[in-house]
Amino acid sequence: MSEFLQFTFIGLGRGAVYATLALALVIIYRTTGLLNFAQGEMAMFCTYFVWFGYDKGLPLPAAVLVGMVGGFLMGALIERLLVRPVSKKAMGNPLPIVIVTIGLFLGLNGLAPIIFEGPAKTFPVPFGDGTVSILGASIPTRTLGTLAVLAMSVAVLWLLFQKTKFGLGIRAVASNAESSALVGVPVGRMLLIGWGMSAAFGALAGTLSTEGALDNTLMALPLIYAFAAATLGGFDSELGAVVGGLLIGVITELLARYGTIGGYSVGQDLKLFPAFLLILLVLVFRPAGLFGTGEVKRV
Amino acid sequence: MSETSTRSSGAYGVLGAGWAVVLERLSIGPVWLRKAVAYSLLAGVLYWIPTYFVSYQVNEYTRIMTFALAALGLNLLTGYTGQISVGHGAFMGVGAYTVAILVTDHGMSHFVAIVIASLLSFVLGVVIGLPALRIKGLYLALVTLALAAMFPQFIKRFSDITGGSSGKEVPRLRPPEGSGLVQDQWIYYLTLVVVVAVFVVVRNLVKSRVGRALIAIRDNETAAETMGVNVTAYKLGVFGVSALIAGLAGGISVLREPFVNAGLFNIDLSITLLVIVVIGGVATIFGPAIGAVLAEKLPRLIQDLVAGRFPDFDAERFPPVFFAAALILLVFAAPGGIMGAFKRIGAEGRVQLIQKQMLGRASHGGSGAPDTPA
Repeated sequence: MSEFLQFTFIGLGRGAVYATLALALVIIYRTTGLLNFAQGEMAMFCTYFVWFGYDKGLPLPAAVLVGMVGGFLMGALIERLLVRPVSKKAMGNPLPIVIVTIGLFLGLNGLAPIIFEGPAKTFPVPFGDGTVSILGASIPTRTLGTLAVLAMSVAVLWLLFQKTKFGLGIRAVASNAESSALVGVPVGRMLLIGWGMSAAFGALAGTLSTEGALDNTLMALPLIYAFAAATLGGFDSELGAVVGGLLIGVITELLARYGTIGGYSVGQDLKLFPAFLLILLVLVFRPAGLFGTGEVKRV
Repeated sequence: MSETSTRSSGAYGVLGAGWAVVLERLSIGPVWLRKAVAYSLLAGVLYWIPTYFVSYQVNEYTRIMTFALAALGLNLLTGYTGQISVGHGAFMGVGAYTVAILVTDHGMSHFVAIVIASLLSFVLGVVIGLPALRIKGLYLALVTLALAAMFPQFIKRFSDITGGSSGKEVPRLRPPEGSGLVQDQWIYYLTLVVVVAVFVVVRNLVKSRVGRALIAIRDNETAAETMGVNVTAYKLGVFGVSALIAGLAGGISVLREPFVNAGLFNIDLSITLLVIVVIGGVATIFGPAIGAVLAEKLPRLIQDLVAGRFPDFDAERFPPVFFAAALILLVFAAPGGIMGAFKRIGAEGRVQLIQKQMLGRASHGGSGAPDTPA
């Protein structure tokens, strides 16, 4: 029982990281209706900003702030210079968007080791590596810390989206950009801020997912889990991203420990399989996800 | 022969093939003559390559051809039918591993194994195509991306069959006695025959009723269905055929590189295939071939160039960034890729030619047989 509890908590900790990255995906989806395949690499790049601040002697929280500010600027620039012109040109054709975000994926992945030269960076483990004993299971403090950060992020985002004028504007743009422009919402600025915020969340997700080291492969797998989380929760729901992320984290960890496929145990190697299956099943049978709102299309 | 001189003559070979395409596209001389000259030039270059280059370079061209083949399969799905796949590397992997396992562990002949691998890829393609009927656009890209990420994990997990991370050695397919060919030439010509055959089949397919149906589905699915196109059947079929071609490419790649391991068929491969299609030209026949040549040749060229100018700089890191930049630039400057740009130039040339003829006719009182443009 305590072992089960322990793996559940490890899953929750991992899941909180996926959820944070999924939040970044959801912010972009809500503002621009796009899936950003470069989200993971953007997060990885922003984590280098965090490392840079930390390396210059800032305490970790301040360094994370540096990373988030740097991320915001990067996201805003990407939106203004690449995403906006392409979405305008694409007119509903998804291929150019995929190409541009994959170009970004390759570019950021290639740029990181050029700009931040040298071997993998040693990175401080957020919240230390102590453990707390709960019901006989020893839970790492960093799992608890990660969960706390996630809870705070969701609270802030919820307040921002639901209780401020800015949030109302963003929601208006997401549901109908043309009508919002007509009633005076500065659509362009909203999109810009959306991408900036999303990249800033990436810095947070990246920092939380480092395990003492940082190189350009940091977010390759977390991105797939985050996509699974956002799909499961619904791409337009912050709550969905969080619940989805935690569920994916727990499901994959428990399956890795206990699951079997045709006599083979799932193990660490096949952890992506349940995530892939969830993406597939949800998209086929409930495309809006658990908490999302379905799309009604006029043809 | 020094390395630099063989490399630059390699560039001549590529230029020769490039000219063939340019000639085909430009409007000089009658169409049949243009085509005849272009295709003979291309055939000559392709025949000449393994008689001239050293073994590792011949293998490189063989590699380019397998990439072109897999990208052609992807283009059928993504370019012509509009279903985006970021997971075709996985189908290549299925093909390669099927051949490796059947030949190594079951003593099957290479040719039979390649046929089985292609058929298996077809079936898998249809299976993935089933959910793809309901999943559209960006979401399909997402599913296939996850598929590509998962494939190496499967290989590692089932390492008692696949050899896992340490890989699997496959017996070589030796050239037939008395052919006078050495290993690399034999595999080159074998690959060439398969690739040319598939290119011809796909070219005819997309110019037929089937191709028009696929393009109709891409451009407007609802309208296509209203016009009587069986959207479900076509979508499943094209997913299967596309996977079959990628699997075939993976299968014959084992002939050149008789070794498979989990790291070979990762996300990067799937992304490379998509990049090849986009750079070469979405929904074109020659696009994947041109894209494959560039994807293989350009990184080395750029790396040498950078290393020559900036000796302190780690030049190996530069090509991916260059490709990323080129990819993004292409979306803005030439969404149709290189073939798209050629087509545009060709079309403009034809328009000018027609204008000139019409002007000439007007001033000379309309004498001479009308020249029908292609």
